[in-house]
Amino acid sequence: MVAYILRSVAQAILVLLAVGLIAFSMFRFVGDPVANMVGQEASQADRRELAERLGLNDPILIQFGRFVGDVARGDFGVSYRHGRKVSDLLMERLPATVELAVLSALLATVVGIILGVYTAIRRDGLLSHLIMTTSLVGVSLPTFLIGIGLIYLFAVELRWLPSFGRGQTVKIGWWTTGLLTESGRKSLIMPVVTLAFYQLTLIMRLVRAQMLETLRTDYIRFARARGLPERRIHFKHALRNTLIPVVTIAGLQLGSVIAFAIVTESVFQWPGLGALFVQAVQFVDIPVMAAYLLFVAVVFVVVNLVVDLLYFVLDPRLRTGRALAVR
Amino acid sequence: MQKLHSRPATRMDELRSSLRRAWDSDLAWSYRHSPMAILASFTTLLILVLALLAPWVAPQNAFDPGAIRLEDGFLEPMERSAATGMLYVLGTDSQGRDVLSAILYGSRVSLLVGFAAVGFSMVLGVTLGLISGFVGGRTDAIIMRVADVQLSFPAILIALLVFGVGRGLIPPSKHEEMAIGVLIVAIGLSHWAQYARTVRGSTMVEKGREYVQAARVMGRPSFAIMREHVLPNVIGPVLVIATINLALAIIEEATLSFLGVGVPPTQPSLGTLIRVGQQFLFSGEWWILFFPSLALIILALAVNLLGDWMRDALNPRLK
Repeated sequence: MVAYILRSVAQAILVLLAVGLIAFSMFRFVGDPVANMVGQEASQADRRELAERLGLNDPILIQFGRFVGDVARGDFGVSYRHGRKVSDLLMERLPATVELAVLSALLATVVGIILGVYTAIRRDGLLSHLIMTTSLVGVSLPTFLIGIGLIYLFAVELRWLPSFGRGQTVKIGWWTTGLLTESGRKSLIMPVVTLAFYQLTLIMRLVRAQMLETLRTDYIRFARARGLPERRIHFKHALRNTLIPVVTIAGLQLGSVIAFAIVTESVFQWPGLGALFVQAVQFVDIPVMAAYLLFVAVVFVVVNLVVDLLYFVLDPRLRTGRALAVR
Repeated sequence: MQKLHSRPATRMDELRSSLRRAWDSDLAWSYRHSPMAILASFTTLLILVLALLAPWVAPQNAFDPGAIRLEDGFLEPMERSAATGMLYVLGTDSQGRDVLSAILYGSRVSLLVGFAAVGFSMVLGVTLGLISGFVGGRTDAIIMRVADVQLSFPAILIALLVFGVGRGLIPPSKHEEMAIGVLIVAIGLSHWAQYARTVRGSTMVEKGREYVQAARVMGRPSFAIMREHVLPNVIGPVLVIATINLALAIIEEATLSFLGVGVPPTQPSLGTLIRVGQQFLFSGEWWILFFPSLALIILALAVNLLGDWMRDALNPRLK
């Protein structure tokens, strides 16, 4: 098991280095870093001096080493567009995205599991068919249209919810949260639902498929034969065995949460990392793009590692199997 | 030509029998018994034809600023122009552009980018997959690692990155005219890995077959074997993935354009139209947003359903 963990960690570091190389090449080769930092009227001598100071004349490998060192210390350089340190920009916007993503993931998991179990147990019910059809239609719609639809219904027609922004936020240390004020909570509802929708349908279908499979197994039949109440069979016996693959796949899906966060944040003008990234792409603000890429890569690698380890915790069979194989 | 004329009956028979065979095939049977597939395919076909014929069907050239009358702005659906008496079935936008024409021209751009992006990623993915499966060894390991990393990142993120980098590499004066090209490459690059993986798998199976060994013994170069012998045998599943990816590519283009990083507003796609229409959500001009959204929904749904049906019909195991 130790060997397995070590191997996963080594692989994670390799992936991070590869992504770092891409980020570095973007930095170094897309556009001219010097031209992006000095004004139009800077003289040739000024430019040369800046290039020297930035170390652009050193061998590439040394430059890459310095880049990795800087990034490890949390220094991503200065944004071309905002003229501020990228790390400050990221820190400012991180809380908004984390709040949005975590709440959506929570909503998607809880509601997804409930609906999945329901549609599996009442397979031929009218409501189940309705839920399944809605999910099918929903999955093929672009996220931004769902967001716009919600805005139209709840902000324009009903005027219940604000259509953009985070509302009032409260500062706790450097972290800002919208959970403590009423306008903050209201502002969260639509973005969270929009972001959760795709995940929700995915988890629901997964749980449903797994559940149907589990309900066909012998031990469920025996449990029925023993005369256990249906509720107990469904929730104690079947659901438990359904959840193991669901947890891991839901974890690995975090990537798409980030992707849809980009779109959702833009629709609702949510001041998070995704919206920052889209603006950076529009204005070719390379340092911000590179930093966001690295941020996503780190999130991915960490999540993958955690999911890998979770496998061992959740499934005892895997633990013994691996142990034998390693020995 | 001479031959063709001398045996017309046999040619006709051949044609008839192959048509008969096509009609009796599993695929056709499944198509005839799936009302959803029939509806979806006809809808897709209709949109395709309308988009292709946009310059002749549309009441107005939506890309030509000269054809648009500013004083006809914000007309409601079914309202007539005060000056020319032209009927605007779906209303006009703030510039006085006919929404129906904009949708027809817009779906043209959306479909063009969708098809081109799918074609690009298919060629790239199939080539890399063939090489990966056929050559094996270190080449295979490298290509597949890259594919792994790519597959774990969301497509839209990769497309945005490629688009941003592409913009950085192209001088700003050419941004407008190159936008569609960059967009196609960006979307194409975010989807190649799936093709590569599928083709690699089936290539590895085909590689061991006798006909490949025979071709090798005959001294055919590897590249020719891949293209002429292996490729036709691994292409089936690729077409299914391509159909499903077409819907994804269309949605991805719409999303990018909606985010304001896709095609320029002078040549709007459906996504751009929705982005523009969103500004009028609060002021009551609902039709500027509603009809392009509806068009995108119908297009995406139809292509999606078609892809789903094809996947189930051709390969029940993938279901």
